[in-house]
Amino acid sequence: MIDWPLVSVIIFLPLIGALIILFIKEDELTSINIKWAALLATLGTFILSLILWLQFDYSNPSYQYEEKFRWFDDFNFFYHVGVDGISLFMILLSTFLTPLCILASWNNIKKRVKEYMLSFLFLETVMIGMFASIDILLFYIFFEAVLIPMYLIIGIWGGNRRIYASFKFFLYTLLGSVLMLIAIIVMYRNTSSMSIEFLQGNYFSYNTQLFLWLAFFASFAVKIPMWPFHTWLPDAHVEAPTAGSVILAGVLLKMGGYGFIRFSLGMLPEATEFFIPLIMTLSIVAIVYTSLVALAQTDIKKLIAYSSVAHMGIVTIGIFLVNQQGLEGAMMQMISHGLVSAALFLCVGVIYDRMHTREIEFYGGLVQRMPLYATVFMIFMLGSVGLPGTSGFIGEFLVIVGAFKFSSYVVIGAAFGIILSAVYMLYLYKRIIFGTITNNKLADILDINTREKIILIPLAISVILLGIFPNLFLDPMRLSLELIITNYEIANAK
Amino acid sequence: MLNNIYNIFFIPEIFLACSSFVCLLFGLFLKKNAFRQTSNLAVFVLLLTILLIYYDSESNFANYKSLFSHSSFINFFKILALLGSIASIIISKDYFLGIKLKNFEIPVLFLFSTLGMMLMIASNNLMSMYLAIELQSLSLYVAAAIKRDSISSAESGVKYFILGALSSGILLYGFSLIYGFTGSMNFNEISFYLSKYDNLNLGLIFGLVFVMVGLAFKVSAVPFHMWTPDVYEGAPNSITGFFAIVPKIAAVALIYRFCLVPFENFYLEWSQIILFLSIASMFLGAIAAIAQSNIKRLLAYSSIGHIGYILIALVAANDDGIKAASIYMLSYMIMNVAIFAILLSLKVKNEYLINISDLKGLSKSNPIVSLSISIIMLSMAGIPPFIGFFGKFYVFIAAIEQELYVLSVLGVLASVISAFYYLRIIKIMYFDESISEGIINFQISFQSKIILSLSLFVIICFIFYPSLLINISASLTI
Repeated sequence: MIDWPLVSVIIFLPLIGALIILFIKEDELTSINIKWAALLATLGTFILSLILWLQFDYSNPSYQYEEKFRWFDDFNFFYHVGVDGISLFMILLSTFLTPLCILASWNNIKKRVKEYMLSFLFLETVMIGMFASIDILLFYIFFEAVLIPMYLIIGIWGGNRRIYASFKFFLYTLLGSVLMLIAIIVMYRNTSSMSIEFLQGNYFSYNTQLFLWLAFFASFAVKIPMWPFHTWLPDAHVEAPTAGSVILAGVLLKMGGYGFIRFSLGMLPEATEFFIPLIMTLSIVAIVYTSLVALAQTDIKKLIAYSSVAHMGIVTIGIFLVNQQGLEGAMMQMISHGLVSAALFLCVGVIYDRMHTREIEFYGGLVQRMPLYATVFMIFMLGSVGLPGTSGFIGEFLVIVGAFKFSSYVVIGAAFGIILSAVYMLYLYKRIIFGTITNNKLADILDINTREKIILIPLAISVILLGIFPNLFLDPMRLSLELIITNYEIANAK
Repeated sequence: MLNNIYNIFFIPEIFLACSSFVCLLFGLFLKKNAFRQTSNLAVFVLLLTILLIYYDSESNFANYKSLFSHSSFINFFKILALLGSIASIIISKDYFLGIKLKNFEIPVLFLFSTLGMMLMIASNNLMSMYLAIELQSLSLYVAAAIKRDSISSAESGVKYFILGALSSGILLYGFSLIYGFTGSMNFNEISFYLSKYDNLNLGLIFGLVFVMVGLAFKVSAVPFHMWTPDVYEGAPNSITGFFAIVPKIAAVALIYRFCLVPFENFYLEWSQIILFLSIASMFLGAIAAIAQSNIKRLLAYSSIGHIGYILIALVAANDDGIKAASIYMLSYMIMNVAIFAILLSLKVKNEYLINISDLKGLSKSNPIVSLSISIIMLSMAGIPPFIGFFGKFYVFIAAIEQELYVLSVLGVLASVISAFYYLRIIKIMYFDESISEGIINFQISFQSKIILSLSLFVIICFIFYPSLLINISASLTI
């Protein structure tokens, strides 16, 4: 094992990078030095997080690489971080996507490059910190601090309605998370502990659990987002710059799913049992409704944003099935969606950089001029649809298998959503890529360049890798998920 | 005996009183630079007073036991008020010179009002409490109207005076009722007398309500807040800074002591009043600030909102509540010092900044300043990882300890609403395209820079070692 504080280094390396950037002088014209510094910091973080995976002990269901320091003297709050099978891939997802985001913004961010990179590095620190924290207060601090850089990223570098979108994003998510703060304090008051590890199980009376569950639900349902709390998402996605959308879809939405697994399932099992029908209903409505809405969109980014809500519906179904297949499926779906939707937003970014529009109408026949682009886009599109061999399939398949144990209505709803997802994605692909070029402005559009290849090809490889060798990812998380399920069943059997 | 007479000058309050007169004479006999020299002397005097409080904390007011009390809570708030006073004198020095308001009386007025505040915090008797409040307020009335040739300054002074006098009258009437029904003016004796009864009689309830109204006026809790925005707006910026930073500390300490010492057994009676004041202040502070275009009015409503949160901790009325109040007050003071240090150094077209919309484009011309303002605003909104979050966090811990769930939920909802106007300032600095650049300039003196950096340091770095400050406030007893 590693005897140095690996997790803390991973958490704070981006922040140190940010501090260095703060003090280096920006190149007037290109800001190239800032960009390189940011890229190196994030790449370093990614490499370190790979060590996390390589050294990970698959046979240990609880936290590894733990670090614990006294933080507050008067209360039992600790600086307590560690990684288990559930958070491992969330951290990897964050560290993997951030360098790609930096690369994706290499040329299209022209104003305030320094602030932009600072925001991204700060964002990476708080994202990783949130997934790695074992102390709830620490978790909350990171959870809420995410809002600051994201607000700035949408508000400064976003599109025309960026101010509206950034305020909506901030206030909506803040409203959810402050209720969680109250719930956290109530939990602390009842148990005198803030350790996620300790609170896994059943410590609260039934009525308390119901209220706590609702408070956590308010926060995570907004974050993930579930229908009908999803309205901030399309706005935020459409207005955010490409890299902002990537992080938003790739990592920030996963915070909701992660929270559901850790808090709702892990700590409030009886209340979860009570609320499962609600979650299932909302998820099925989300899948069907947002898929239909996605079908009607004219803006590519908005379409992908709505498809995210639908995919997250599959995730919530998987989580609240509370069986092995369901949870594994939900985790796989989260990872897969993190890669696929991030990649789709990057693909949109590629053509947006060239044409400065995201209207579907504008495009058509891109395959004639951009064959390579068409190929990568196809891989991601199929990943989103859930074709066997891609990452999307594993998640959806496992969730549906798990759902059969629960109720066939849920299966019908989920399957219907998957069919619809094929409809809107294939239809989108047909309209943008196939056919002949009708719009003269597209006549001399260029295929993806080396930088874009460097961004998109690793994503394509991992989407296929995930689809062909799912056990690579499922094995580390299996025992941690089993632990949650066991706790849950013991609590509800009483 | 002789020894005693010398010792009396080392009692912080008496030392401060004597030194204030010395400052007054010092300023009077100086020909040149009277304002600057007197300010420096005032800061020095206040620093010495802090040292006296810190080192000689046991023997204070040994002979005045019935009038003044002595505890760690009192000392903490006294030091807080003195620190706030020092900071506001330092950050406002250049501003006064800039608007050519060089009366050396200003620092002396600050000294007298600080003296009043120290007495207010320590008072253990209705009479000494009233006199201390008056000493503090009279100095502040004059300070508000100090810019004699400005109509708005005079107006704010008169407004403050009339409403302040009215509230003092109500307060005094309340005192007389309490005295009439209990037969004592001393807090402990009142408490002892009341402990024999299960509930208050009508006269005492009236007395309590009147005193609460008067005190609510002093802390500017809704619905007795009307004066705050007007006075903040009319007074010169640096005086506004003083108003925002220091008197609130003393008034909060006073309202805590008044509720928790003489009336500690009648929690139900006063907590209802405080509960209402708290909810109303949080929501009015949050909603009314949204529409403001003047930064001083915005900060006035923001301070009303903050008072609402501090009163939550008073409703909780437990040890955690006292701790929460001290941490919240500390964070409030630091954040206000920081924001006023910046506001008093920002000039737009050679005028000191007043309109929020003038901040447009600041992030381009002065990235460091706009980053600092953003951090302060996020901290005031209670977004972690800044100190403002921990203030609110401790308040909610105290409230939930007392099972005040509804109040806590209302509190966090109000904090979401108030986040909107704090974010709006960040939006104006960062998101809005500025048409004209370079009209804002930021000139700050070395001393203010130190104050500003220190307070920003505390705001940002509190999270790394919270125990340092929290251990102090955890040990406070009222």
